[in-house]
Amino acid sequence: MDNKILTIWDKIKDSDIFFSFKKSPTAVVSSIILLIIFFCSFFVELVTPYNPFDPSSLSLMDAFTPPSWTEDGIAKFILGTDGQGRDMLSTILYGSRISLIVGFSAIIFSLVLGVTLGLTAGYFGGKYEMIVMRFTDVQLTVPSILMALLVDGIARGIISRELHDEMAIYVLIFAIGISEWPQFARVSRAATLVEKNKDYVAASTIIGVSNLIIMFKHILPNIMRPVLVIGTIGLALAIIAESTLSFLGVGVPPTTPSLGTLIRLGNDFLFSGEWWITFFPAIFLVILAFSINLLGDWMRDTLNPKLKK
Amino acid sequence: MSFLKIKNLSVNYTMRREIIYAAKDINIEVKKGEILGLVGESGSGKSTVGNAIINLIDEPGKVSGGSILLGDIDIYKNPKNIVKYRGNKIGLIFQDPQTSLNPILTIGDQLIETIQTHLNINIIEAKKKAINLLKEVGIKDSENRFDNYPHQFSGGMRQRVVISLALCCEPELLIADEPTTALDVSIQSQILELIKKLTKERNLAVILITHDMGVIAETTDRVAVMKNGNLVEIGNTKEILTKPKEIYTKSLVSSVPPTNKKISRFVIVEKDNQKTIGNQNLKILNRWKKKEILNQDLVEVKNLFKTFDDNFFTESSKNSVMAVNDVSFKIKEGESFGLVGESGSGKSTIAKIIVNLYKPSSGDIYFDKVCINKIKNNSEMMKFRRQIQMIFQDPYSSLNGRLKVKDIISEPIKLHNPKINSIDLENYISDLLDSVELSKNSANRYPHEFSGGQRQRISIARALATQPRLLVCDEPTSALDVSIQAQILNLLKDLQEQLNLTILFISHDLPVVRQMCDRIGVLKNGKLCEISNSENLFENPSHDYTKELLRLMPKIETIYN
Repeated sequence: MDNKILTIWDKIKDSDIFFSFKKSPTAVVSSIILLIIFFCSFFVELVTPYNPFDPSSLSLMDAFTPPSWTEDGIAKFILGTDGQGRDMLSTILYGSRISLIVGFSAIIFSLVLGVTLGLTAGYFGGKYEMIVMRFTDVQLTVPSILMALLVDGIARGIISRELHDEMAIYVLIFAIGISEWPQFARVSRAATLVEKNKDYVAASTIIGVSNLIIMFKHILPNIMRPVLVIGTIGLALAIIAESTLSFLGVGVPPTTPSLGTLIRLGNDFLFSGEWWITFFPAIFLVILAFSINLLGDWMRDTLNPKLKK
Repeated sequence: MSFLKIKNLSVNYTMRREIIYAAKDINIEVKKGEILGLVGESGSGKSTVGNAIINLIDEPGKVSGGSILLGDIDIYKNPKNIVKYRGNKIGLIFQDPQTSLNPILTIGDQLIETIQTHLNINIIEAKKKAINLLKEVGIKDSENRFDNYPHQFSGGMRQRVVISLALCCEPELLIADEPTTALDVSIQSQILELIKKLTKERNLAVILITHDMGVIAETTDRVAVMKNGNLVEIGNTKEILTKPKEIYTKSLVSSVPPTNKKISRFVIVEKDNQKTIGNQNLKILNRWKKKEILNQDLVEVKNLFKTFDDNFFTESSKNSVMAVNDVSFKIKEGESFGLVGESGSGKSTIAKIIVNLYKPSSGDIYFDKVCINKIKNNSEMMKFRRQIQMIFQDPYSSLNGRLKVKDIISEPIKLHNPKINSIDLENYISDLLDSVELSKNSANRYPHEFSGGQRQRISIARALATQPRLLVCDEPTSALDVSIQAQILNLLKDLQEQLNLTILFISHDLPVVRQMCDRIGVLKNGKLCEISNSENLFENPSHDYTKELLRLMPKIETIYN
């Protein structure tokens, strides 16, 4: 070992994971695409010249402009405009921000819930484990869309009409999160069962370390690899679930459209010839979900020692 | 006339950062009717040589030079040769009999398949041949056992089946890669006898790859010693073991625990300096509240029973396994007590009950006259937790890979002494590391940066952090190489002497137990056969099982006779 102090960047560059990342073109390409999408979505005010939700900047004269490369296209609206004259590209980026926020929040919610339940179930075992795991089995028999529709329906009943639009996004996060957690619970329980029988856990028990510290300081960091892998793939699922719900009209309201809402709105114009209004949000959603899945696949292969060559 | 000639063989692995030579310029010859032992510690390249002969080297490794001659044929000249000779002229026995047989085929099917692949005979003849082979390797009632599946055989029997598979095409060369490492002592000697017998009867050339010097001494005619991919020494087994020329061979031989006498310390040979003195003044002694040794019992185990019930719904005793069956013994303060037994004898279960990881089914454990398995109160329990610590077998799973060494060691210190300030904590950690002969800057590194022996030292430092009175060592050296084992055993002896530790030492390795323990208990199937002073046990064993174990253990001393 040399005496040079390594910076964090040096350590990352030196790690095996980065090495395998560089060797995988799919991982590099998909993460570049994702970085661009994330940047453009979260800093959308800086990237786009138009604010599609500012009525004063809209002109109905621009409505139904086709994409710029077609015959009637205008250069300033690259992907055309929708029925209210909003620039499609800006609207998509604003929409993808909503989709990403919902997706990330839902997956973090279900990750925290699922990992906590799975970790404690695996660690304590016995009747508690049996109850938690049977509960996840029951949860898995309910299709996640149905679950989300159910939650949304109940929320509509409880929350007053005025508040509903405001609360819609939280209801959506809860609905998607509650239908995704069993995956996390199962994976983290299985990993905990392996880890808890290792000697380092026994050593901590003999020293007298409390169960809580053993679970969250010792076992949790050791089970995070598989959890992160299904978390990544789950992120794509959550974004798709959000779009599906919004497409069905139970997601975010049209005033703050997400990708799914945009696809639904555009769907009305599809047969009258304005195909671009629904086509581009849909393509954008496909690219987003596909890139996340490719990155997730690469992570699964790299972080799984059994598949190493 | 040598049958197998390995000339200047080199095998290298091209890794991301460097090229690793797993074997470098190896020259070995084996005659027919002779057993050549290939001995070395882990990573010495002994298995690489064996795999190179049959072209089983995994990617990214490759044979980069040299030649292997089988008779007059160079098997690397033509790639077709290897396929032709593997299985046909060369037979193979692997370490683990659990995985080298296909569990969903009967052993008969597997034998017939192998025979018909290489020999052009019909199924009836193949079956006749297979049954004869099974008889030859000592499987009784082989006509009926022919249709059994591998799981219906015990470990030793399965290894016999593997040997019959290796023999079924009349090979002239047999490569046995650690054939008895996964087996108990009593079965090991049977398998080795079988290999010896077959070598004579069939006039085979045999390469026996092993790390066990006792096995080498008892079985082989000639021995090749390897280290870091290099051939250190090759020659007549007796000559090499009694008059080693190279320093490495000397240190290897002197690290092997002798079976016929007790020595005070292992001699560590380092570049011609014989080091016998250990770390004499430990810095942690200043902190240690040294207990006067009173001639009293520290631990008393009374009528201990433990059953494992694997039936979830009923608590019937029908399906339960009796792991510990009415075991009682006492350990005096300052004494080393050994528990010996083969796998499944319940020795680890007893250790886990004493450190309170398992609850006994019935019976009591007294520590310092207090019955510790009935304590319900948590703070009461903590008092005993700090006095009883444990060292585990596997140095790779006993340390949490996500924590730095200093965090691993500081955990018990902080837990039992929450008010300790950070400077004092740091000093304590470096004193502990010093007492296990690790450098101070090890504290800032992660466990994966250390070798197995060093990790075991970290484990010991962690156990010492609470200043325990009883140290339970569960096979602390069985995952380590023999020279590292000698160092760790020396360390444990020094620590015990200076800190007045009481040690419960658990092992399957009789010579090691003899070196470490004052008194020894022999376990078989959860029952205690006998307890005796260790010298007495080895010189005049009273129980039949003990006699059997002592008779069968491989002895390096046989070579001197």
